[in-house]
Amino acid sequence: MTQGTLLRQITDHANRADPYPLYAELRKTPVSQQGDSLFVVSTYWEIKSLLHDPRISSDARNLSPQAAGSLPEQEEEESALPPAFLKLDPPDHDRLRRMTMRPFGPPHTPRRVHNMRGELGRIVSDLIDGFGDRDQIDLVDDFSYPFPVTVICRLLGIPREDEARFHSWADTIAASLDPDPDQDPGERRRGSQQARTELGMYLAGLIDERRSAPGDDMLSALVTDHSPDGQMTPMEVLSTAALLLIAGHETTVNLITNGMLTLLRNPDVLKRLRDEPRLAVPLMEELLRFEPPVQLLPQRTTLADIDIAGVTIPKGASVWLVLASGNRDPQRFPDPDRFDPDRKDNQHLGFGSGIHNCFGAPLARLEAQLALTELARRLDNPRLVEDPPPYRQNAVLRGPRHLNISLDSCRS
Amino acid sequence: MDGDGYLEWMRSEGRIVIVGASLAGLRAAETLREEGFTGSLTLIGDEPHEPYDRPPLSKQVLLGTASADRTLLPRRWAIDATWRLGVAATGLDMAAKRVRLADGDEVGYDRLLIATGVHARPWPHETEADLDGVFVLRTRDDAARLQRRLTSARRVLVIGAGFTGSEIASACRERGLPVTVVERAAAPLVGALGGVVGQVAAELQREHGVDLRCGLMVTGLEGDSAGRLRCAHLSDGTTVEADVALVSLGATRNTAWLAGSGLGAGPRGIACDAGCRAFDVRGIVTDDVFVAGDVARSPHALFGYQFLSLEHWGNAVAQAEVAAHNMISSSSERRPHLWVPAFWSSQFGVSIKSVGVPSLGEEILIAQGALAERRFTGVYGYQGRVIAAVTFDQTKWLEFYQRLIEGAAPFPPAFPMVDHRAEGLRPVPADFPDPSLPTHGPSVTLSGYSPTDRRVAFTPGRA
Ligand SMILES: Cc1cc2nc3c(=O)[nH]c(=O)nc-3n(C[C@H](O)[C@H](O)[C@H](O)COP(=O)(O)OP(=O)(O)OC[C@H]3O[C@@H](n4cnc5c(N)ncnc54)[C@H](O)[C@@H]3O)c2cc1C
Ligand code: HEM
Repeated sequence: MTQGTLLRQITDHANRADPYPLYAELRKTPVSQQGDSLFVVSTYWEIKSLLHDPRISSDARNLSPQAAGSLPEQEEEESALPPAFLKLDPPDHDRLRRMTMRPFGPPHTPRRVHNMRGELGRIVSDLIDGFGDRDQIDLVDDFSYPFPVTVICRLLGIPREDEARFHSWADTIAASLDPDPDQDPGERRRGSQQARTELGMYLAGLIDERRSAPGDDMLSALVTDHSPDGQMTPMEVLSTAALLLIAGHETTVNLITNGMLTLLRNPDVLKRLRDEPRLAVPLMEELLRFEPPVQLLPQRTTLADIDIAGVTIPKGASVWLVLASGNRDPQRFPDPDRFDPDRKDNQHLGFGSGIHNCFGAPLARLEAQLALTELARRLDNPRLVEDPPPYRQNAVLRGPRHLNISLDSCRS
Repeated sequence: MDGDGYLEWMRSEGRIVIVGASLAGLRAAETLREEGFTGSLTLIGDEPHEPYDRPPLSKQVLLGTASADRTLLPRRWAIDATWRLGVAATGLDMAAKRVRLADGDEVGYDRLLIATGVHARPWPHETEADLDGVFVLRTRDDAARLQRRLTSARRVLVIGAGFTGSEIASACRERGLPVTVVERAAAPLVGALGGVVGQVAAELQREHGVDLRCGLMVTGLEGDSAGRLRCAHLSDGTTVEADVALVSLGATRNTAWLAGSGLGAGPRGIACDAGCRAFDVRGIVTDDVFVAGDVARSPHALFGYQFLSLEHWGNAVAQAEVAAHNMISSSSERRPHLWVPAFWSSQFGVSIKSVGVPSLGEEILIAQGALAERRFTGVYGYQGRVIAAVTFDQTKWLEFYQRLIEGAAPFPPAFPMVDHRAEGLRPVPADFPDPSLPTHGPSVTLSGYSPTDRRVAFTPGRA
């Protein structure tokens, strides 16, 4: 196949419902050049090794001009915010991530996520109660979308009365990450810019308030904490809060939706989950392997020429790491196209690996476990209305735009 | 009996005896069962406990966040074995294929695995070592005793700042106890990581309030009339008042029970080939005696086939698995033990990890991060190639450096990397002490090329 064709097929929306055969094709060349300055990595060990390679940068400023120009058009997200740590290299990345971790996880705050359990459970119950006595729901709009935004709101400490506004900004930003071809791109960009600006101004105001009257939420901790690394600037707090919102939204939506879709395609597993809720833990790992919400990481670049799998990736090239393909690599996972919640040794790449591995993973796992267990328990005789469901445009954050499910009733 | 037939019989009905019922012994037993061995399996251990894990003993247990009797090793496989716990093996008759036990019993074997590990080197002066308040730390009972004593301690003296000594000092400081550390070298961890990194360890200790005295030795321990430790005398003429002294002067291989057995066993360990088969004193490899874990010394392809002794948790596991596999495999199916040395420690809030053999290093390059920030990756070079790496709170890069070591990549590495600073532009001497001087703590010891080398590596002097 000629240079770039495969990649174009992968980004082609027509193949969104099942990109896996294309990934299998990709893996025939573990590291393949797919554009002038674009290299695509598709096998498990090669992805893993590049994620642990200090010659790889997440900072787009290190791209050669040529590689930067050859990238597909990307939504301008920053809107004057400094890049958050997702797009920075050490030492800045490490410092900001450490400071963000202090109020979020071990060793400093080991119980934050655990303590959110009860609250998460209530949010899930409320959303399912909202299905009422309908005999058909759209899991995406009725459940998967609102859930993670509410969670981030509670994490950051957004006042309840402001949550609705927060949801609307989040939706607009999410939509901008998922260009609808029928919509005028200029209008979309303006909408998203405006949402970002409003969100930024809102958060800036809230940060000011929290500085003088801190609560026990994460935003308060970020503005008041005196860590060994010092304190974040207000700008850094702002961009970090925005990162948490964006990184924790679409991804979790997809995990829950892909999860339910996969369960409905595997009714025996759905039944098992209903009977043994403890299955949720390994099930989540298998879902993250089998249908990972983040299919590929498109923002790495090389700081030096790197020899890998018989190919030299030149300095400054753009490197795409196709996590979803690595997760189906038969060299790593026996019978990789089989969905098997009992799979042993399931070190998938769903949360990435190395220094940028998912910051929110413990929270994401808990959210999806609670959601899927509760959906499995309460939906009576759920059935897919259409298979495959319609997918969103986005090839990176891949997931259904709607997941219509018909049901007999909703148990209490 | 022809080879294949014997092997078949061995796998189904043979008798395998494992001496040393700790990490290596247990993992070997599990691997044997996992790989289909159905014969009889006997584990002999002189400690009365089921296999437990040692690394927490100098960390969580001393801090009081885990109790010493809650450190049992997780079982990965049911092993259906005869356990002979609390009884030591006292001798080996290789011709008759029998192990003698302290209670007079004898146990016959078809294949034997020796995994007797090491013991803490005691304070060389016996009456001083017997003072109440003088401790070593190797076993769970040691840890329980020490942790109890720490609740009433006034000042703790740590003799020897290798990994174990430094971890103990760290735990004591975290408990708020005054600590004095006396180290013969110029800084802590020098034997394992060299002077450049040792300097960072020294600053770390002082910053955490350790009274660190380097370049000194403890010349004597003094008790009161009731036989309780009162103070220690140092080689500069000063004294340190302390009611608890922790002797952490490294370890000695548990090979005394093999004296006269004809096996190539001495104070430096038991020499074995890369397939874990023990050498006899003639330098001939045996076919029914295998070795794994801290007690083994085995040649490593990556390091010029020098014999290495490793006191590394990961090595014990990997070597036990290879030994077990090879014990029940034909010669063509046997595997070499090619594990790249890797070690971790946590102390003073820092996670330290290393791969390769740092002590071979002539030079060190701070490839990422900065020494002053206590977050860095140091790469060691030996004869123009990368031989080891150490990270302070930068664990996630280690895998990359391990591949450089495995690939004998040129030193210094000459490519740009994230977090590469000005101080990483040029390598500096790694500053290891004279290798003939003993070092403390779990580390790598190079012990020459000869399988029958039985020289004593350490003359118990004064720290
Ligand atoms: C306090 C402490 C902290 C450590 N921390 C780390 C760390 O952070 N990282 C790391 O990589 N490693 C660490 N280690 C080292 C690690 O624990 C060892 O590498 C590991 O225990 C080796 O296992 P082994 O089975 O070979 O030997 P051992 O665990 O020493 O076991 C040998 C067993 O054999 C028994 N035995 C000896 N002689 C006889 C005999 N004649 N008859 C019967 N039984 C006998 C012994 O009593 C012992 O139970 C630490 C060790 C200690 C003591
Ligand atoms: C199922 C849900 C999720 C998936 C699949 C997921 C996946 C990922 C992946 C693959 C990365 C690596 C990015 C890279 O290497 O460039 C990442 C990073 C990140 N994730 Fe998640 N994520 C999820 C949920 C969350 C949540 C809920 C949060 C916030 C609370 C979050 C916050 C982050 C952050 C901040 C980063 C950047 C980490 C860094 O650069 O160090 N994620 N995530």
